[in-house]
Amino acid sequence: MPEITYLEAIREALFEEMDRDPDVFMIGEDIGGFGGAFKVTEGLHARFGEARVIDSPISEIGIVGAAAGAAHMGMRPVVEMQFIDFIANAYDMLTNYVATARYRAFLPTPMVVRGPSGGYVRGGPFHSQNPEAGFIHTPGLKVVYPSTAADAKGLMKAAIRDDDCVLFFEHKYLYRRIKGEMPSGDVVVPIGKARIAREGTDLSIITYAATVYKALEAAEQLEREDGLHVEVLDLRTLAPLDDDAIFATVKKTNRVLIVHEDTRTGGIAGELTARISESCFEWLDAPILRVTAHDVPLPYAPSLEDFVLPQTPDIVLAARRLAAY
Amino acid sequence: MGGSAKSRGAERTGVRGARPAAETGSGGAAELSREQRLDLYYWMRLTRSLEERLVNLYRQTKVVGGLFRSLGQEADAVGSAYALQRGDILSPLIRNLGSMLVKGATPVEILKQYMARGDSPTRGRELNIHFGDTERGFIGQISPLGDMVPVMAGVTLSFKMRGEARVGLVYVGDGATSTGAFHEGINFAAVQRCPLVVVIENNGYAYSTPTVKQSLVKQFADKAIGYGIPGETADGNDVVATYEATKRAVDRARRGEGTSIVELMTFRRKGHAEHDNQSYVPPGELERWAAENDPIDRYVARLSSEGVPADELRAIDARIQREIDEATDAAEASGVPQPLDALTGIYADPPAERPLWFREGGAAVVQSSERPSSWGTFDAPAKGAD
Repeated sequence: MPEITYLEAIREALFEEMDRDPDVFMIGEDIGGFGGAFKVTEGLHARFGEARVIDSPISEIGIVGAAAGAAHMGMRPVVEMQFIDFIANAYDMLTNYVATARYRAFLPTPMVVRGPSGGYVRGGPFHSQNPEAGFIHTPGLKVVYPSTAADAKGLMKAAIRDDDCVLFFEHKYLYRRIKGEMPSGDVVVPIGKARIAREGTDLSIITYAATVYKALEAAEQLEREDGLHVEVLDLRTLAPLDDDAIFATVKKTNRVLIVHEDTRTGGIAGELTARISESCFEWLDAPILRVTAHDVPLPYAPSLEDFVLPQTPDIVLAARRLAAY
Repeated sequence: MGGSAKSRGAERTGVRGARPAAETGSGGAAELSREQRLDLYYWMRLTRSLEERLVNLYRQTKVVGGLFRSLGQEADAVGSAYALQRGDILSPLIRNLGSMLVKGATPVEILKQYMARGDSPTRGRELNIHFGDTERGFIGQISPLGDMVPVMAGVTLSFKMRGEARVGLVYVGDGATSTGAFHEGINFAAVQRCPLVVVIENNGYAYSTPTVKQSLVKQFADKAIGYGIPGETADGNDVVATYEATKRAVDRARRGEGTSIVELMTFRRKGHAEHDNQSYVPPGELERWAAENDPIDRYVARLSSEGVPADELRAIDARIQREIDEATDAAEASGVPQPLDALTGIYADPPAERPLWFREGGAAVVQSSERPSSWGTFDAPAKGAD
């Protein structure tokens, strides 16, 4: 079976889900004939028509709100944020309206908000963000952030079929760099399940999205140069977190390094650290360490961006410190 | 796409007494039967009497949160909702209790909501009239204003996508027209030709802020020009004029002609909520509106001039009192929510959150049903009392 890119995997999922279910529709800015800023929706408009692949005004509040209303009526909208940075414009609609709808009004709101996320692409402050932490804090929303092509496809299918709102973060650095074989048939990757990306016994790196690859690279170097067997856990879903998988790797290796591309303060690493220390304190042989971005807006120049974001040597350094503890 | 077709309603200043129906009704559009005309009276009177009962319950501290009145605005809520059909969906705002009653909300549901009972429509999760039922045709509002405009754009987008001849109606106040959500929602609905009626209930104040500090447009219906859709202003204290103006917009939407604005001129005769003493309203204004432009008084005068005997209206009033008494008894007899229910239904899957370890067993810690002091009985401590 030929390999396809992470981006093509997402597109395949959208095609297959629109084919499977007439209630699924797409809405977003420039997603129609143009195919979207990154061409994720390319071909959908030609195949399914403008009624189901809706070019919207520049209107994040409008389209997220409209998706919610349509979802209440039984549709399954998939909303594209042209860049996930713009999801901040719809923050009220997502957190105050969508996230509470089932709880306060018993209104099902099956919808997906997806978009290109993340840095390492010289995109500057407004085309590089990782805003996931702000949303995992909101009960009522689910958040996924895949790292592999197969997970991107399988999780997109799960997100569209989920009966609640799922925020689907796509890492734009991975869009065309990562390829993978697709499993045959209609494979849905369950929301809420982490994946062991690499087995190991000496320490655990817990991470997600683009930094999974930096962690894997570091793990290989540590094995080669230090003889360390590093386990890498790819969270895949950020809300709800897979406590079982997280605690299992902690209990296996007793040393934990959390890596994320998002900024440090209030990032998901803090929540993971609290959960591990509440539930696995006796299993820890060292303090939990974090490698994250610095707490600054992401700058444009390569020398600045590379300095601010976590890099493989940072992970190697932190892992060695943990191993020596 | 037409411009703004106006039939101006009551000027906020210069109202000099109830206008005879012939002056304000556009004539022709409304072919309301005698039974329908009495229906309109019933819904308006029920709205007012139910709110009066809520005031009593509030003073007995049986209402857990704040109480929001629509005194003097009953006609705009009832007349506009009455222009919809079964299958249509509206989204009310806080002054639109009447519209919900027209769509089938019951007095006992309203009372249980305010009293935070376990078998209230939201099982004690949300306040006051913040609830809905898509089957009966109303979707509950949330507190951030303007947010229901994009949501109702989406509800009506689904009608269009499925080829259903259904219409949506969303209420906003003069204040909500200043929000981004209002703009984005109405613009989206307009370009998508959604069958949506946006009712702007212009009652003079958003909390304490007068409309002149909200917008410099002379009439909020003028905003329609900016969206390329029809807009109309009507006298919101005339239930028939309200019905007729809304019906024109509803009919346009049902014919596939898209989104419209209907601005209803009215006046908020009570505070934002019961705690608000309306110190910001010029002296005499409240009294003048009560004496000269009460929507129920005006409608009673109209019905009387059309030959409806006073006895018939009194019989409706008595029936309403009976219904409210029965509803009150039922609401007072119902229990409080069970604490563990607070952890259910955040998602379809998983169906419930686990209680935190220090709350296992679900024991309720707080048993007081008292209204928090911040909801209206707050006495500011003397300076330095800290």
